[in-house]
Amino acid sequence: MVFLGGQVLPGNVGRAILGPFADQRAVDALNHTLGVDRPLLTQYWSWISNFVQGDMGTSYIFRSPVAPFVIDALGNSMKLAAVAFVLVVPIGILGGVIAALNLNRPLDRIISLGGLSVTVLPEFVTGIILILIFGVWLRWLPISAAWPKDAGFFIQLYYLILPSLPLFLVLFGYIARMARSGMIEALDSDYTRTAVLKGLPWRTVIWRHVLRNALLPTITVIATQTGYLIGGLVVIETLFRYQGIGSLIFTAARGKDFPMLESGILTIGIVYAVATLIADFLYSVLNPRIRLGSDQ
Amino acid sequence: MSAVQTASPPQEDVRRRSPMAEVLFSLLRSRTFLVGLAIVLFWVACALFGEHFAPYDPLADDIINALAPPSREHWFGTDQIGRDVFSRVIVGSRDILTVAPLATLLATVAGTALGLLTGYFRGIVDDVVSRILEAFMAIPVVIVALLAIVALGTSKTTVIVVIGLSFAPIIARTVRSAVLAERELDYVAAAQLRHESALHTMFVEILPNIIPPILVETTVRLGYAIFAVATLSFMGFGIQPPSPDWGLSISSNYGMIGGGFWWTVLFDALAIASLVIGVNLAADGVHGAFND
Repeated sequence: MVFLGGQVLPGNVGRAILGPFADQRAVDALNHTLGVDRPLLTQYWSWISNFVQGDMGTSYIFRSPVAPFVIDALGNSMKLAAVAFVLVVPIGILGGVIAALNLNRPLDRIISLGGLSVTVLPEFVTGIILILIFGVWLRWLPISAAWPKDAGFFIQLYYLILPSLPLFLVLFGYIARMARSGMIEALDSDYTRTAVLKGLPWRTVIWRHVLRNALLPTITVIATQTGYLIGGLVVIETLFRYQGIGSLIFTAARGKDFPMLESGILTIGIVYAVATLIADFLYSVLNPRIRLGSDQ
Repeated sequence: MSAVQTASPPQEDVRRRSPMAEVLFSLLRSRTFLVGLAIVLFWVACALFGEHFAPYDPLADDIINALAPPSREHWFGTDQIGRDVFSRVIVGSRDILTVAPLATLLATVAGTALGLLTGYFRGIVDDVVSRILEAFMAIPVVIVALLAIVALGTSKTTVIVVIGLSFAPIIARTVRSAVLAERELDYVAAAQLRHESALHTMFVEILPNIIPPILVETTVRLGYAIFAVATLSFMGFGIQPPSPDWGLSISSNYGMIGGGFWWTVLFDALAIASLVIGVNLAADGVHGAFND
């Protein structure tokens, strides 16, 4: 599907690269070297079989193999996504839990309403406002994510804090809301009441009985957000001039660099599938009622 | 006041109101809805009449006064070619407030039709269409838009179609589950016994009864449509210069943010934020009014 979207609709590739004033013979020659004058099915077959073998084709624009670009970009994006996730998962769950434990009190209102309002804002809007506050006025954080060459782990982390914050804000609302409603349900359940009536200390009830049940739906939500995260990355990486998979796709789309575009999007599809698989696995680990295979 | 009037209990008034009036009444009592509506109406007024009360022409440049910080003449300062930011922010609401509602309308119409079809016929129609819709929903809107715009070129129509068709499956899912519940009711069986055509049953019998969930879903989608339109114009797809559109202004000015020219982007960002939050508050109010 990705292949068709990229290949069938746009016009003449050679023309797009050489510009409107190029000689028709030059355009034809270029089309032939790139192989785009072959029948569509032939192109598709050679593309998909090469991709499986790790050969993603040759970029129309850079005239060099696509794979190193995609792998580099994917690595960078994963760093950014990892920072956002490491920040948002514990803080989001904590926020939801605190809100549920203070149900309908002011603290709950602040967390729920605040979470909801930042979730609905486009990433580039929160991004711009955060850049202004922390980058331009307070000058605490760098406004671009491009760190100096040979930067160590902590320097890179320092450069990634600001870009990860808009993603953090959007995800925070979702995760906190799921954690909150999961908590409310679990707190209201019979097993919680039994645990309390058994005389277990409140802390133990929360940790051993409530949290474990409350967090199951939250984990599913976190996994489904991977798809969102990829869309968000395109925007954030453009805003912060970060060389990730999102900005790779964006640049490739603008330059009509189809091998790059297709490989980028297919890579994203694979990441998405893997994330969903990991979520299913985590779910079964945390929920004793579901067991994979025959471990008992 | 006579004793007869005070004697009638207030509950009876409520009972006599039609369901629609009931919903309107609870909407007008909802503070969330009213605040949201006020914000949205403010921007709608700006979109319609902005040119008349904007102090400057939003497209007129004035190079000598370029990048002037906010002052008494230019409340929000001027941008890199001296255009008045305040006027641009006011008139900038126009494009987003045309494109986003049209996209939502397209999504609602297409989504409702698909939802009615899949919910009413079930079986193989449902299976095939639902799987296709699910596949569509798995791809982020930005990526779909990227591909469509590479293929079709940038225009407002492309943006409307892309966002409309990306949101249609979500509305279809809501409509489908509402139809599944309705079609078990007696009035549908009665229509079928009268040998009404399937189209008649779907659109004349069932559709009026599932308007509430469709309305709620539409207002929620409008919020997301504004999100998506703003994002796409920021990315340079969609609304094109010299429109004073907010997302577009941010994308052409944020490069200078490091130079401290904060006024060229801050007010546009706040405008988008207020519109999105306004629509979401109103949507929340509509949701509450139908579900009380």
